[in-house]
Parts: sequence; structure tokens; C-alpha cells
Amino acid sequence: MSKYSVPETLAVSDSGFLFLPNTGETFTLNLVGKEILNLLQDGLSEEEIVKHMLDRYDIDERSLEKDLSDFIMQLRKYSIIKEE
Amino acid sequence: MDKVKKRYERPIITKHYSGLMNKFGSKSISAPKTTIEGIPVEYLVDQFGSPLYVFSEKQIRENQRNAYRIFRNRYPKVQFAWSYKTNYLDAVCSVFHQENSWAEVVSEFELDKALRLGVLGSNIIFNGPSKGKTALQKAIAQGVKIHIDHFDELYDLIELTESNNHKAKVAIRVNMDVGVYPKWDRFGFNYENGEAWHAIRRILSSKNLQLVGLHTHIGTYIMSAEAYRIAASKLAALARSIKQEFDIMVDYIDMGGGFASNNTLISQYLPAEEVVPGLEQFADSIASGLFELPYKAEELPMLILETGRALIDNAGYLISTVIANKRLADGRRAVIIDAGVNLLFTSFWYKHKITPAQESGLHTEDTTIFGPLCMNIDCIRESIMLPALKRGERIVIEYTGAYDNTQWMQFINLRPNVVMIMEDGSVELIRKAETLEYLTECELIPDKLKTR
Repeated sequence: MSKYSVPETLAVSDSGFLFLPNTGETFTLNLVGKEILNLLQDGLSEEEIVKHMLDRYDIDERSLEKDLSDFIMQLRKYSIIKEE
Repeated sequence: MDKVKKRYERPIITKHYSGLMNKFGSKSISAPKTTIEGIPVEYLVDQFGSPLYVFSEKQIRENQRNAYRIFRNRYPKVQFAWSYKTNYLDAVCSVFHQENSWAEVVSEFELDKALRLGVLGSNIIFNGPSKGKTALQKAIAQGVKIHIDHFDELYDLIELTESNNHKAKVAIRVNMDVGVYPKWDRFGFNYENGEAWHAIRRILSSKNLQLVGLHTHIGTYIMSAEAYRIAASKLAALARSIKQEFDIMVDYIDMGGGFASNNTLISQYLPAEEVVPGLEQFADSIASGLFELPYKAEELPMLILETGRALIDNAGYLISTVIANKRLADGRRAVIIDAGVNLLFTSFWYKHKITPAQESGLHTEDTTIFGPLCMNIDCIRESIMLPALKRGERIVIEYTGAYDNTQWMQFINLRPNVVMIMEDGSVELIRKAETLEYLTECELIPDKLKTR
């Protein structure tokens, strides 16, 4: 069960503006991206996130899994999250 | 009762880079293109499959009428000749012919196509460096206007007309320096070094050749209207010399084509609509060059235009479907669509307008668009900002009317259906999707290789 850690200093606004204080980098997240990052901050695993999102969004499990794994790869590439 | 679920959009994160903004930046994404001429994209795909080429009859007619009006407002006698090589689908040519356009052809095959469509020989202009004696003979017999490209062809014509005792209506193609690069000197006779004048004298000394016009075509995707004024003024000077020395007035001056369309070149920084001169500017330049002609107003020769790209590019669309999403090694997003470079040859030099055909999120991502071919060159666009696209969703590629349906090729996949949305809103199939039978019709297997 993959879990990820998110630095406590990371700041995300309601509109999806993301700021990394350590590096000064900024990003924009769309609403689904912001929601997933918030779930990661809350300590949810990938599987738990899939379950949570399926419940709320009109999307099938396979597509969501593919998108989530791609999104997590992006977050890791930008050093926003680390695998625990 | 199930609760209503929220609309899903693929999660996206976009990194901000400083220092890359510019005040010329255009909108990276516009509203989705869900319909073409009022017909839903989904309906078109449902009926005719994907990928699908779509033409708008209304747009073609509007383009032609508008261009005629613009030139006619500036010069009294104007005739358009539809450039077959730009798009020689029968239905497309037929719309132009209904709008009183002649045919401009550059090979025996194109000549046959025009004659087959019922265009009168006298309304056909035969250009090009390789016409061939059979085609020339056919053209002479049909009264086609033959634009001579080189001396070998000129002597072929003298020989053919003398042996059959026929008369041929001819013009010469003239190349010249008009201050733009590249200078096209491979077609026709040069103006500056006197070759064109030499060719004219040779024609006029032949009893079977009748010099009816002068022709030039200074290049392609020309972005300088002034170049056309120089070209027109040089042809006017030639016409003046012909009148002074031989007391002959040519029937027409053919300024060719080459006007840029609103498609943006890959090397262009600003969008084409911001840098390409309008047809009005080209027309102004040509008319001011031609008014140097030594004729009275009522004797002015006809102005012929062989405009191709600028009259058809925006009337053609290519609908395509997303086959897959993938992430490249450097993190860039890539989508694979079902239309490759074999269908969209112009993607080698244009940055086409590409728009999703359904509502998508507001967030866009730098995306590379690949075609479906198992070939590295099959890249429709290196980089474009697009919203998240799901498998099976459609995109509409715009400005695909010129050259794509003549330069496309069967390669790995067969070529798809082409439809035309008619003025009354009906949709007509104008070229059927290819089949294996169609493709192998011309192939032969030697007996010893037959396995069944």
C-alpha cells in the first residue's frame, strides 16, 4: 500500500495555487489535482484515494488509477511528495 | 437514490516559469469546437468514422466570392482559375467551377480530371515543367491555354503544331526578382536576363503559336504584398514592350497564386492572422502594378489568379480521436491520435489550430501530439497547450483544406472518408474510405510467387 509524505511547509490555496517555500517554486493545480494533493496531505494511501474519488466523481476505476499514478509520478518529479 | 457525482477531469499540475510571458501571447485554448457548420462532431464521427476529413461548401463559396469581390473592386476584368494541385477532390473542384472558376492544372492527370468534370478546354490553364507530348497534343486539340515553362517545351509545341497544322494558345511563365527569398527561378523564363523576351520573340515568329498571355507565380505562402506589385509591374513592362515592338496586346496577365493563408508556419512566432497580409493588400499591390500597362481602360487585359491555399485552407477540417495518453521521459504529456502525418502532410510545416471537440477543464498542459503510425516521424505537433483529453475524445484540426487531400498517402493505414457539409446542412460523402481491394487493385503477383 503506497503512502506518501507531504512537507508541512507546503501551501495550497483554495484555487489550486501551490507554493513550495523551500525552493520558491510555484504551481497551478486543477480542482481534481488539488483534491488529491489534499488527500495525500491527510495521509491517505493511493488505494484509499481511489476509493474516495470513485465515490465522489463520475469516473471508472481503471481510468482513475491510470490518472492517479501519472499524477503521483508528476508530484514526485517536482519533489512535492516522497514515498514513505 | 444515488447521489449525483461531480464531473471528473484528469488531475493536472502545471509548473510556473518566470520570464516567459509576452504581451503578444494569444489565448492558448479557446472554446471547444463541438460542431462544424452546425453539425455535431460526434454525429459526423458516428456516421462516417474517425479520422474524418470534412469540407464546408458554404465556406468555399464564401472564400471564392469574397476574393472575387476584393479583386474586382480594384481591377475591371478578373478571372480565377482553381489550382487543382491544392485540392483536386471532384466535389471541391466542382464548387469552384460553379463559382465560375476556371481550372489550373499541372499534369496530364489533372488535365484529364478537369476535362472529365466538364471544364471547357478554353477555360483550362496548363502550367508546369513536365507536361509531356501526349498531354500537349490533347491540350492543343482542346484549346487549352498552355503556359510554356522552358525552351524544350516551346520547341515541342512548334513541332507539334506544325506537324498537325494546329494552332496553340500559349503564354510564358516568367520568373523574376521581386525582392523575396527564396527566389523561384526554376520555373519559366527569367525576366532580368532577357530570357523571357527571347522566348516571346520566338513564339511570335512561329505561325502556329498565338501568344495570349503572360504568367508569373512568385512563390508560395508569400507574406509581402509589395512583392506582387513588383511582379505585376514587371509583367506590365513586358506587355508594353510586346505592344510597342509587335503591336500585339496580350489577352491576360496571370499573377499565379501563393498568397499566405491564416495557417501559422512552424517557424513563425506570432499567429498567422497577426502577420499575414489580407487579400485586400495583395489585390491593391497587383492592381497598382498592372495599371502601368499601356492600355486604355477598356483594353486592359484580363487578370487571372490561380489562388489555391487562401481559398480552401479554412474550409477543411480533420476530425481525429484520442487513442491513448502517455507521459514522455522528460515528463511532458503526449497524446496519440488516430490521424497521422500521412493524412496531415501539412503538419510538417504548419502549427494547425487544434481544438478539443468537447467541453474540457480550464487547465492546459504542454502536450505533444503523435499520430498512430509506428514511425518516429509521425508527430502532428511537437508542443501545444491542451486540456486533459480522455481516450476516445475527439479533436478538430482546422485549416486542413489545402494540399492535405492531394499530398496525403496510404501508409500503414488506409485513407479515411471525406465528407462535405452542404449549404443546406446535409452531409455528403465525397470520397469513400479506402479498402484493401482498392489498394491492391493495381498490384500483380508473378505466378511463381502465388501461394493460393
